[in-house]
Amino acid sequence: MHPFTTHTGVGVPLRRSNVDTDQIIPAVYLKRVSRTGFEDGLFAAWRADEHFVLNLEPFRAGSVLVAGPDFGTGSSREHAVWALSDYGFRVVISARFADIFRGNAGKQGLLAAECAQPDVELLWKLLEAEPGTEVTVDLAAKTVHAKDFTAPFQIDDYTRWRLLEGLDDIALTLRHEDAIGAYEGGRPSWKPTTTSTLPS
Amino acid sequence: MAKTLAEKVWDQHVVRRGDGAEPDLLYIDLHLVHEVTSPQAFDGLRLANRRVRRPDLTIATEDHNVPTTGIELPIADPVSKTQVDTLRKNCAEFGIRLHPMGDAEQGIVHIIGPQLGLTQPGTTVVCGDSHTSTHGAFGALAFGIGTSEVEHVLATQTLPLRPFKTMAINVDGELRPGVTAKDIILAVIAKIGTNGGQGHVLEYRGRVIEQLSMEARMTICNMSIEAGARAGMIAPDETTFAYLKGRPHAPAGAEWDEAVTAWRELRTDEGATFDAEVHIDASALTPYVTWGTNPGQGLPLSEAVPDPERIADENERHSAQKALTYMDLVPGTPLRDIHVDTVFLGSCTNGRIEDLRAAAEVLRGRKVAEGVRMLVVPGSMKVRAVAESEGLDAVFTDAGAEWRSAGCSMCLGMNPDQLRPGERSASTSNRNFEGRQGKGGRTHLVSPLVAAATAVRGTLSSPDDLS
Ligand code: SF4
Repeated sequence: MHPFTTHTGVGVPLRRSNVDTDQIIPAVYLKRVSRTGFEDGLFAAWRADEHFVLNLEPFRAGSVLVAGPDFGTGSSREHAVWALSDYGFRVVISARFADIFRGNAGKQGLLAAECAQPDVELLWKLLEAEPGTEVTVDLAAKTVHAKDFTAPFQIDDYTRWRLLEGLDDIALTLRHEDAIGAYEGGRPSWKPTTTSTLPS
Repeated sequence: MAKTLAEKVWDQHVVRRGDGAEPDLLYIDLHLVHEVTSPQAFDGLRLANRRVRRPDLTIATEDHNVPTTGIELPIADPVSKTQVDTLRKNCAEFGIRLHPMGDAEQGIVHIIGPQLGLTQPGTTVVCGDSHTSTHGAFGALAFGIGTSEVEHVLATQTLPLRPFKTMAINVDGELRPGVTAKDIILAVIAKIGTNGGQGHVLEYRGRVIEQLSMEARMTICNMSIEAGARAGMIAPDETTFAYLKGRPHAPAGAEWDEAVTAWRELRTDEGATFDAEVHIDASALTPYVTWGTNPGQGLPLSEAVPDPERIADENERHSAQKALTYMDLVPGTPLRDIHVDTVFLGSCTNGRIEDLRAAAEVLRGRKVAEGVRMLVVPGSMKVRAVAESEGLDAVFTDAGAEWRSAGCSMCLGMNPDQLRPGERSASTSNRNFEGRQGKGGRTHLVSPLVAAATAVRGTLSSPDDLS
């Protein structure tokens, strides 16, 4: 995972709330078994409409998505994050994220930045008034910046630290392998295992 | 200090307390795996040269992609086939027990865990699927995870997590006949909203919950995620122990007694506080159906399609307007007048034997209406076998319904069972999102009783409408 410090890119206004993961990437696009190539499924149903924001220049090349509240609700599919990342998004800004989506994003190096809804609305207006406007997201300072607009965003400290350092989750945990072994030694013997023989 | 059920289970699984910035490291007792969210996790292990730490706490099944007819044939859809084949290869390579299509124990991941007795009180259960909350019905802390967390659990059998908040959902009163667990949970979601449970573990409690069967409890916990919650839980009791006793992976002999003693401790202490509390009067409930495109957009069947103009909250009004356009519904239309062309009975919400029995009771001696197709898809091959031993398959086929093999089927548009654009279903599944059951398909979430009655009348109906 690459460290995330600041990112500057074209902002894309997505005036929709409750964007669920079935909208971000419909189920039919989940079948790939590799880690890449999910961009073709991103907002697939909406992209069929030629007026959808991502079909308009210069939003096509956007990398900072500015969405309505409750982004990423619904299924836990991490493909939603891959689809956004594979398309080229590095940051999603919303007033509220679904828990699982936010968790998934942090682990994949996609920044889920929580901005107050009035700030999101200001950004929408700005991006719609001047399509192609670049947005700068500074993770160290926790600010979003575009033209003369600046606003703070929220992110939990742990996710922020990990994004800044570009740390892999598993490596972090494996530093505590001794503690895991010790815990396993104390588990009751009646806890189920999947390998015990099935009675016929 | 007095603790809630969720806090007790959490505390019993802390491998390492987080030191401020870092979250707690939680041990995972059971990891359920299926073909959709696992391939990239195994890929990640291979890339990093890692192994599966505890194959003996891991089990896999094929459910989301599998066809439910002609299962002896190779899967026709090439991408579905690739996912299923990849799971088989990965399980063989990493030494994980797999129940493939056609196997007697194959089924939807959330049906087979409880059925095998692997889901037990006080365990932590995870799966790369949001409806993992189902297992909370046993007093397990069970929640859905993303694919990189799947990889993390495979590699370490742990997850770094921050404590969830807790919310009590008190369901009191007396359920009227014909009102089911599905109606309770749809009413809960309509009340607290699709993000009302965000960040919380919901603990369902109260007289009504205590009187429910394990399968009904699973239906309720299953849909906790539709209220935005991380998990749902119900304290284990005699009903739970009776369900588990004698199952293939339940403890036996002296270990059973030891386990039950430990399980009896698993209830919220007197005086423990929840971060939030909600009260539902079950006596007031009647069969519920959804009219919109999220599970919170539901109403009693006796009501009419709502008028968005009368919704005060602006976001909710917009969302209702969009939903009605998508659903092609006119405000004021009685819900009972809505015609469907498809009825789906199945899924991890309502694909268990009691669900099939309830629906069969309604269909016995009746016919599915002209122009309506009804799919009956048992949640597992075991459920299918039990249903057949009771003659339920004949009840369904005599009525004109299709009797299928186990899988997720029409719960999501990922296998051959899909709605065509513009088709409308009454479905016992858990999500009515746009396109969930197939592109352009329209979904009304209902209980098995309502599904069966709807199949007979061709419009949204409850069994009371049939006499
Ligand atoms: S039945 Fe539906 S909700 Fe349940 S696991 Fe399958 S796809 Fe998910």
